[in-house]
Amino acid sequence: MTESPRIVTEETVLSFARGHRLQHDRVRDVWIVQAPEKAFVIEGAAPHILRLLDGKRSVGEIIQQLAIEFSAPREVIAKDVLALLSELTEKNVLHT
Amino acid sequence: MTLPSPPMSLLAELTHRCPLSCPYCSNPLELERKAAELDTATWTSVLEQAAELGVLQVHFSGGEPMARPDLVELVAVARRLNLYSNLITSGVLLDEAKLEALDKAGLDHIQLSFQDVTEAGAERIGGLKGAQARKIAAARLIRASGIPMTLNFVVHRENVARIPEMFALARELGAGRVEIAHTQYYGWGLKNRDALLPSRDQLEESTRAVEAERAKGGLSVDYVTPDYHADRPKPCMGGWGQRFVNVTPSGRVLPCHAAEIIPDVAFPNVKDVTLSEIWNISPLFNMFRGTDWMPEPCRSCERKERDWGGCRCQAMALTGNAANTDPVCSLSPYHDRVEQAVTEASERPELLYRHF
Repeated sequence: MTESPRIVTEETVLSFARGHRLQHDRVRDVWIVQAPEKAFVIEGAAPHILRLLDGKRSVGEIIQQLAIEFSAPREVIAKDVLALLSELTEKNVLHT
Repeated sequence: MTLPSPPMSLLAELTHRCPLSCPYCSNPLELERKAAELDTATWTSVLEQAAELGVLQVHFSGGEPMARPDLVELVAVARRLNLYSNLITSGVLLDEAKLEALDKAGLDHIQLSFQDVTEAGAERIGGLKGAQARKIAAARLIRASGIPMTLNFVVHRENVARIPEMFALARELGAGRVEIAHTQYYGWGLKNRDALLPSRDQLEESTRAVEAERAKGGLSVDYVTPDYHADRPKPCMGGWGQRFVNVTPSGRVLPCHAAEIIPDVAFPNVKDVTLSEIWNISPLFNMFRGTDWMPEPCRSCERKERDWGGCRCQAMALTGNAANTDPVCSLSPYHDRVEQAVTEASERPELLYRHF
């Protein structure tokens, strides 16, 4: 059984798949994503993007909020956000 | 003094008791009795200390961790501490009520072990009648609960040809991940090595089966090879005292679950010393940490910070000295002992089972 690749758009609403979560590691002072039998460090803009995932906001709303928060051009933010969320959705870390 | 980096994961071996008697069990030959097991309060303190120290994930293991009546309580403690909790179980003691309680307590993931895909093969290894049907029922319950599930298959000479059927079973049961782990030859596995070690042809066939399955997609596959057929050792535990800490049922703290075979060193216990002190300054954890302890050929090897000299327990078991280079390495002066084992494994001795 092969699924066709899922495409994340600005209308998509995402949340963490069961068994995955965003967490601040206070001992090492890094952000991590906890996953089945592994944890990976996320850096740069990624923690800011992922903390806005709540299963209610659309990807477009997240982009909008980050553009305001970081006073950055919306298209620049949109490119980063869509790339990250598509990658994590393909890896089943996130789901719709 | 600079402190070592903190551990990432804790293997909490809650008990050595288990309804199965697999001849490759990762528990030590000398099993710890129920009377010696830590109580709930001490395990709670271990989890608190682990989180404080920097541990991110706790693997509740055994023996069969479901044999402990306080498992649900300990999972809830892990959840409260924001530790990611993984239950490593044979599934034979799982029922709907227990699973619901674990789910409510916040269990993050379950690794369910299978000994084979056939009932005869599974019973020959696990020694428990009817176990296969109970495991399949457990897998269906887990699937229905939505808790992410990894199926674990330990493979060896007798079942290695059935890897494709193992993947088929994992897909049928809705597992997100499968771990195909060749038997590791320490403790019980080493005792039964000549009966379990696959041939090089079997190993190559198993690797092809894994690659073919990965190519299909939709199932994440972890593959652990038997290093007897390798030229370079594995970076055991990601390096001694670097990422991993193991607490045994009676509270001994080890850099790996097989470390009790290392002679002439004290095994600190959480009943006497804090986890942080054990991790940071105990002689046991500093014994083979980093690269300073290394003999040649490791010391001048460009791979020394990749494989960390391989496995200390394997060096101990096969060369009599835990500080030697892992004899799996073709540069080790003792490499012939590994090659000899591969040749001797063509005999077919009887299996020796673990038991209480």
